[in-house]
Amino acid sequence: MATTTVPKQIGARVRRKEDPRLITGASTYTDDLKLPGMAYCTVLRSPHAHARIASIDTSGAEATKGVLRVVTGRDVQEAIGGLPVAHKIEGLLEPPHRVLAIDEVRYVGDGVAAVVAEDPSTARDALERIEVEYEELEAVVDVEKAAAGGPFVHEELGTNVAFTFPFEAGDVDGAFQDAPVVLRQRIVNQRQIPFAVEPRAVAARFDRGHRKLEIWSSTQIPHLLRTQLSVMLGIPEHSVRVIAPEVGGGFGSKLNVYAEEALVGHLARELGRPVKWTATRTEGFQATIHGRDQLADVEIAASEDGVLHGMRVKLLQDLGAYHQLLTPVIPTLTVLMLPGAYRLRNLQVELKGVFTDKTPTDAYRGAGRPEANFIIERVLDLIADATGIDPIEVRRRNFFPADAFPADTCTGLTYDSGNYQAAVDLLLETVDYDALRREQAQRRERGELMGIGVACYVEICGLGPSAALPAGGWEACTLEVRRTGRVVVKTGVSPHGQGEETTFSQIVADALGVGLNDVEIAHGDTDYVPEGIGTFGSRAQAVGGAALSMALEDVRDKSRKIAGHLLEADPEDVVFDEGKLHIRGAPDRAVGFQDVVTAAYMADDLPEGVEPGLASTRFFEPSNFTFPFGVHLCVVDIDPDTGEPSIRRYVAVDDCGNVINPMIVDGQIHGGVAQAIAQSLYEQAVYDADGQLVTGSLMDYAVPRASYLPSYELRRTTTPTPVNPLGAKGVGEAGTIAGNPCVMNAVVDAVSHLGIRHVDMPATPEKLWRIITERD
Amino acid sequence: MNTSVSIAVNGTPHDSRIEPRLLLVHYLRDVLGLTGTHVGCETSLCGSCTVLLDGRAVKACTVLAAQADGAEVTTIEGLADGDELHPLQEAFWEEHGLQCGFCTPGMIMAAHQLLEDHPDPSEAEIRHGLEGNLCRCTGYQNIVRAVRRAADAMGAASS
Ligand code: FES
Ligand code: FES
Repeated sequence: MATTTVPKQIGARVRRKEDPRLITGASTYTDDLKLPGMAYCTVLRSPHAHARIASIDTSGAEATKGVLRVVTGRDVQEAIGGLPVAHKIEGLLEPPHRVLAIDEVRYVGDGVAAVVAEDPSTARDALERIEVEYEELEAVVDVEKAAAGGPFVHEELGTNVAFTFPFEAGDVDGAFQDAPVVLRQRIVNQRQIPFAVEPRAVAARFDRGHRKLEIWSSTQIPHLLRTQLSVMLGIPEHSVRVIAPEVGGGFGSKLNVYAEEALVGHLARELGRPVKWTATRTEGFQATIHGRDQLADVEIAASEDGVLHGMRVKLLQDLGAYHQLLTPVIPTLTVLMLPGAYRLRNLQVELKGVFTDKTPTDAYRGAGRPEANFIIERVLDLIADATGIDPIEVRRRNFFPADAFPADTCTGLTYDSGNYQAAVDLLLETVDYDALRREQAQRRERGELMGIGVACYVEICGLGPSAALPAGGWEACTLEVRRTGRVVVKTGVSPHGQGEETTFSQIVADALGVGLNDVEIAHGDTDYVPEGIGTFGSRAQAVGGAALSMALEDVRDKSRKIAGHLLEADPEDVVFDEGKLHIRGAPDRAVGFQDVVTAAYMADDLPEGVEPGLASTRFFEPSNFTFPFGVHLCVVDIDPDTGEPSIRRYVAVDDCGNVINPMIVDGQIHGGVAQAIAQSLYEQAVYDADGQLVTGSLMDYAVPRASYLPSYELRRTTTPTPVNPLGAKGVGEAGTIAGNPCVMNAVVDAVSHLGIRHVDMPATPEKLWRIITERD
Repeated sequence: MNTSVSIAVNGTPHDSRIEPRLLLVHYLRDVLGLTGTHVGCETSLCGSCTVLLDGRAVKACTVLAAQADGAEVTTIEGLADGDELHPLQEAFWEEHGLQCGFCTPGMIMAAHQLLEDHPDPSEAEIRHGLEGNLCRCTGYQNIVRAVRRAADAMGAASS
């Protein structure tokens, strides 16, 4: 944004303002809340993937001392509406999704009954005294079989296919006709478990005096949750207050509306006592959304010089048993982003969303875009392999050139700005690529396995124009300069680790010339911050920060008017400078910012037509998404005896537009790449043939520990976006989007001389050992 | 049947009557209201609940409060010296060793143990020393840097 003085805070590595409370244990997460008279809720969950509920007997639990209430799906079906799905997909089948199952359970973890008791251990013990008789039904587990026919997850639908989403651009048949290079590959994005370290938690209190329901939830979207809870519980939206206190990570898993949020709200209202529910880790695995789980059959048409001319993609998205908030929307983002950084013109996609008896899938860091980027970046490597052209050169030949921006993709997107070759150039300055290739050749001769993987990416960030989102894509900000000079920012974004209390303070400090500690960032309370959308889709800075910039412009304009009046000068000539406003070129003719603030509130000497006070509320509606990009490279060694892969070097070049705080941006890349390495080498949610979640605990699901991961070398190019006044694009998901193909291209490269063209994720030692020994 | 325990937490003695099956982590959080120690799992695998028991890092979800009878416990709330942050807290702040902060108290306590065992740890020793603690946000890199920085600060202070 336009600052008249040189930015001092924007772009600086500033320590985070939120940290002092977090490193001293002084922060309050939802489960830390203890309200007077609080009761505790637990949920009984289905042990079966698919079963009819023949009977439920709650009498044993009800008779337990200390138990206040036991409810089943039938008990609450009148009081609590179904769980919402927000989408714009034509013809989507939407079977009912109740907060507690009625008659039938459809995944292991589906809620069946809830208990409220005086203390958590009584509530837990009482669950065991609920007798449920199940008649098991055949579980729908395999997504391909589910797509082809019965049995059905929702019998009444007569199909498991919730929607089909066909897409076609260009002349695909023409591209394939006579194409010298035609390749086919199945590419799978396996199911992931998001695993925010803070388990989900909800607390609720009904304020009888004000007839208001207050909900604390570990959510990324307090405002959207407020609206949905009002609908589900049948109470006016203004009678619902949602507070997202400290939230311990989300990665998309808390970008949702969950059964327990409505259930606990309802029970608190009914009992007239505060109620809290905290997920166990098992519930975190079973009853919090999963991510990815997409199967792609890809056909590729390319020329001998490595240019991609056409793709046909058949996509099957495993939706799980029900729609959660954005379940069907996620794979449609995959379709949009399939062209990646490349001038692909001919593309045919057939996407099917398919119900199975598993935990619902939804947004997991990257949400549809890692899937797309994994496909297209594997495709480029397959072309490189088939044509014998170096992977980096193949990418260069297919890039949108720097002068193509704004660049239209065949999927109808307009990439705002970019310079993909510049990112590659910086990578090649950082890494001696030719030396790595020479080393690889030497090692191969000695029987060692070394792979070099390169992957580019374009991601879709700054979500987004309201027309493109199911529930508004704007963001809101109220900026108030209090009479003491304290600046209060009320933002609709809801950070949970991203550091906006710091970065927004940096933006304010530069715009108003105040200190970082004079600024207070309020978020996550719908009564204090009346409107907002939330934190997801790498939008906090690009959309929320942009709304802040607009409000700052208002306050600056008004301050200049007041200062001009006090200085008897034209407001146009007044500039901000470290706590002062002075006449351009005459730093001595100045008033302090505090003098302006005081004048605004004393209001006895304001210029004509200027109202008292100093505040502004603005909404920013982005005209487009933003499209960050970059290129990552990694070097992987595979132990030929054990198959164990290890990442020796990981270099990331990222361009997320203008950077407010490089330390925070780097941290986002670190965390994102770690999650990509997790998917590439370690994590996979596995269901057995009966629909049991085999990887239902930290013993079986391999969330990486510090020793599994390398250090990353980060570089940056800066191509600002014209879409918002900050020029910032967003960075939250970049690492996850770039990382999978980068690691997997390296893994495949390490064994390509054995005739291997593709390896499925996760590339576990066992899988690699089999590949190596079978080819020997 | 309740049992009596006497536990000194962050230097303050507490005499409490508790249920024998009460875990130390719930004693700290629910009985004493020290909610800086977090719970992230029920399988002793995340490390969010790490505290110092008589100076040694333990996962407070694996210890009964009754087992801590007569012991001294230090939680994240007791690590700073008044307003003066512990070098580990300073280092986590300076190196951006936390994002959401949920794993942080446990991570800092585990790092405390690590530096006691290895006052001058290599990167590999730091990564192995923190194996019992999961962080989903940071990718660990800045946590490793923070622990190294704290080692330097503490080494400089003691030499
Ligand atoms: S709470 Fe996870 S190890 Fe103690
Ligand atoms: S900072 Fe969020 S889990 Fe470590």
